[in-house]
Amino acid sequence: MITVSHISKLYKTGDIETVALSDVSFEIKKGEFVAIMGPSGSGKSTLMHILGALDQPTSGEYNLDGESISKANDDELADIRNKKIGFIFQAFNLLPRTSALKNVMLPMAYAGIPESERLVRAKKYLEMVGLGNRMDHTSNQLSGGQQQRVAIARGLVMDPAILLADEPTGNIASNQAAEVMDIFTKLHEKGHTIVMITHEPDIAEYAKRVITIRDGKILEDKKNK
Amino acid sequence: MDIKALIIECFGTLTINKMRTGLAILGIVIGIGSVIALISLGQASQQAITNQIESLGSNLLTVQPGAQNSGAVRGAAGGAQTLTLDDAKAIMSSSKITTIKSVSPEFSKRSQVTYGRNNTNTQIIGVYPAYAEIRKITVSSGVFITERDEAAMSKVAVIGPQVVADLFGEGANPIGQSIRVNGQSLKVIGVTTAKGGSGFNNQDDVIYVPLSTAQKQMFGADYLSSISLEAKSQDVMVAAQNEVGYLLLARHKFTDPTQADFSIMSQNDILNTASQVTGTFTTLLGGIAAISLLVGGIGIMNIMLVTVTERTREIGLRKALGAKRKVIIYQFLIEAIILTLTGGIIGMLLGIGISFVLSSIMGLPFTISPPSIALAMGVSGVIGVLFGWYPAQKAAKLQPIEALRYE
Repeated sequence: MITVSHISKLYKTGDIETVALSDVSFEIKKGEFVAIMGPSGSGKSTLMHILGALDQPTSGEYNLDGESISKANDDELADIRNKKIGFIFQAFNLLPRTSALKNVMLPMAYAGIPESERLVRAKKYLEMVGLGNRMDHTSNQLSGGQQQRVAIARGLVMDPAILLADEPTGNIASNQAAEVMDIFTKLHEKGHTIVMITHEPDIAEYAKRVITIRDGKILEDKKNK
Repeated sequence: MDIKALIIECFGTLTINKMRTGLAILGIVIGIGSVIALISLGQASQQAITNQIESLGSNLLTVQPGAQNSGAVRGAAGGAQTLTLDDAKAIMSSSKITTIKSVSPEFSKRSQVTYGRNNTNTQIIGVYPAYAEIRKITVSSGVFITERDEAAMSKVAVIGPQVVADLFGEGANPIGQSIRVNGQSLKVIGVTTAKGGSGFNNQDDVIYVPLSTAQKQMFGADYLSSISLEAKSQDVMVAAQNEVGYLLLARHKFTDPTQADFSIMSQNDILNTASQVTGTFTTLLGGIAAISLLVGGIGIMNIMLVTVTERTREIGLRKALGAKRKVIIYQFLIEAIILTLTGGIIGMLLGIGISFVLSSIMGLPFTISPPSIALAMGVSGVIGVLFGWYPAQKAAKLQPIEALRYE
């Protein structure tokens, strides 16, 4: 499903070169629930951007669901993000003052799916995350946990190869965080592939495998009991 | 993403921020509105002037005396007393004149007129009966000056409806009454049909008397103010101008036409001069309005640029969710075009409204020129694309990660 081989990422600011990732390789199989852990500055955000096709590695190969991402151009990357990756951000990133339903419909609009089908699918996924009665609420009328559930529905609606969650509970009250994590657990049971970036050990507990990164290198790759 | 969905999406984002959208539209509304209002007002006044000049009569030539010059002092044109009744009679009888249909010598002077306790100051014009035909004057009641009045130096007058209103009151019947002008008592024998006009050129505010009465009985003058000539047709206007010109040059003993003590103007000359003036005026107004349109366009660009910065995170999100570069460009372009077209339509209605109100206040004919509307709408669309392009490019070039990180 995901094959990362010998990926490095260098940032250049003037004459100073910063190594964000150096020679990282791993594989994630279909249906896995993986947490990527590490303190800030460890390179986990860079890794998440590369896994999410938001950025490209300086060297190395990244293959997602049979597509080579290292060599794709801007528009091809947009297409890959649209069809293969479901994003869940720390800050939710819903369109402001826009209804939950419209937010969930947005990725399907970019894929050119007809309006009637967009509506049916958006409703289905909103019901799945338990927001069937709040579809017309705009994002600022929803709590943090509810907003993140809208974002999960939006991430799922294109039926992507992986769900990529970046600190999904970072901006949510702890009681609502459990709700969100329960949804991840259920999705994992249904067979979705989930990659979650976090620095909180108790959130990483939900995953079945934890990859720890430090100074741009993989420190540890172990299964959770 | 198909274009229909994109347009719906754009309407959505525009209605979310109503204040910003309203302000952006306002600039275009004012721009387009003033272009349409000013151009149509300019054209209306142009048409009003044309109509008024044409109502003076067709195929009309006017001979006016030149300036009164004594030594090095040059007086105003038309002030000289060089044009005489004999000149007019010569034009009537000369065998060299073949293109003139009728001749009307005129003597005019402003004077105080009284009836009972009422009085007014108006133009007194001494005329031949032919004047009515040449100047297209008709009477609404009574009769016009006749040959017999002229021959007998009758003390009669035909008065305009404005004079009737001033002296006798609105709707009164003045026929048979006597008015006093310059010490003479004149009997009213007719009232002319209202023609309109305003200011010093009001054709309804005049009193017509026989030429002989005006010259000899009332003002004691032996010269003419002007001679109106009607050519046989539109085609012989130039020939007529030349024939009369050479005849008068010979009579006044001039060999060099530039030294002549008279001038001959055709109606076309007047019309051309007038429409040149109003045309320049319209262009000037249009130019001023175009500047405000440009300012409106820059306003749209300004707002769109602010929007791009303000919506950096949103653009980043859209790109992360799969919006291609082109889709982002289209989104911002369509938003700009919606803004300018909405502004254009509102501005067009406003412009039409303003020119309707102003033209009815100013008594001008209400004209809407379709080209000016088409131009204004076209320009507003072009402004949308032109000033929307740069912000759209800027938005599309944003990198999704940087845009998502933007606070």
